[in-house]
Amino acid sequence: MYGALWRVLPGPVWLRIILLLVLVAVVLFALVTWVFPWVDSLLGPQEGTVGP
Amino acid sequence: MTSRETRAGRPHRRPTVLGVLGELLITAGVLVLLFLGWQIWWNNLVLAGQQTNAAAQQSQKWIDDAVKAPKPTPDTSTAQVDPPVMAKPAPYQPFAVIYVPRLGPDWKRTIRQTVDVERVLNSYTAGVGHYIDTQLPGQVGNFAVAGHDSGWGNTFIDLSKLRIGDRIYVQTADGWYTYTFRNFEYVQPSAVQVLLPVPRQPQATPTERLMTITTCNPPFHAGERLIAYNVFQSFAPPQDVPSEIAAAVGQGG
Repeated sequence: MYGALWRVLPGPVWLRIILLLVLVAVVLFALVTWVFPWVDSLLGPQEGTVGP
Repeated sequence: MTSRETRAGRPHRRPTVLGVLGELLITAGVLVLLFLGWQIWWNNLVLAGQQTNAAAQQSQKWIDDAVKAPKPTPDTSTAQVDPPVMAKPAPYQPFAVIYVPRLGPDWKRTIRQTVDVERVLNSYTAGVGHYIDTQLPGQVGNFAVAGHDSGWGNTFIDLSKLRIGDRIYVQTADGWYTYTFRNFEYVQPSAVQVLLPVPRQPQATPTERLMTITTCNPPFHAGERLIAYNVFQSFAPPQDVPSEIAAAVGQGG
C-alpha cells in the first residue's frame, strides 16, 4: 500500500520525501479539523454535571 | 517485472493481501494514538487558551462598561447590605466570569446559562455552565455550576486542590461576588440533592448564599462527581477588582 504510494509519487527521492511530508501535513490537518472533533462527538460525553 | 525493478532502482515485491492488511492495521493504530494525543493534550491546550481569552475579554468589557457609566454604588458601609441579584439569564447567555486563583494565576472561565454539554461545557468560549433551576450569584440559596475536569480545556482538573478558605470570584455585569471554599463532597452522578438551595436538605429553608461547583471525578473517568461548596463572603462594584486577581483580570491565556 505505502510501497505503491511511494512508486506513484513522481520525481527524485528528495522530491518524493517533500511530497510525502506535504501529504502527511494535509492528512493531519483534516484529522484535527474535522475527523477528531466528529469522533469526539460520537463518544459519550464525560459530563461534569449531576442529574437523574 | 524486470522493467519495474529497473525503474524503481531496486526490486520490490507485489503487495500481498496480508501485507496490505498489516499496513491498514498499523495505520489504524497510529490514528487511534493521534486521536488520543489530540483529545488529551492538543485539544485541551487549544480549548483552555480560547476559553481563557473569551473570559478575559468578557471580564474586561464589564469593567470598562462600569468605568464609562458607573452605577450607583450600593451603600457598603453597613455590613447588612444585600448584594444585587441579576434577572435570570436566557439559555446559553454568558452572564458571569469565574476566577479561582488556586487553579492557576490566570485561570478564568465564562459561565453560561444551562449545563448543555455541546453548547456550554465543550464550548470554545465558555467551559462552565449554570444549572438553570438553581439560584444566581449573590442570591440566597445555591448558585450551582458545572464544568469538565479533564478534557475540553481541563476546566476543573485541579478542583480537588482547593483548600478551606480559598477565594472564588464570580464577576457579573453588576460586580464581584466573593465566595470562600468550605468543603468537598464526593457523590454519585445521580446526586441532584447537592444542587438544592440547602444542599442535601429538601425541606430546609435557605438562609445562606452558597455556591456549588460540580465536576467529574476521578480525572479521565466519569464514575463519580466531585462537589465543592463555597459560601458567599462579600460583594464589590465592577470597578473594584479584588486585589488577589487584579493582575489576572483581562489577561488572555
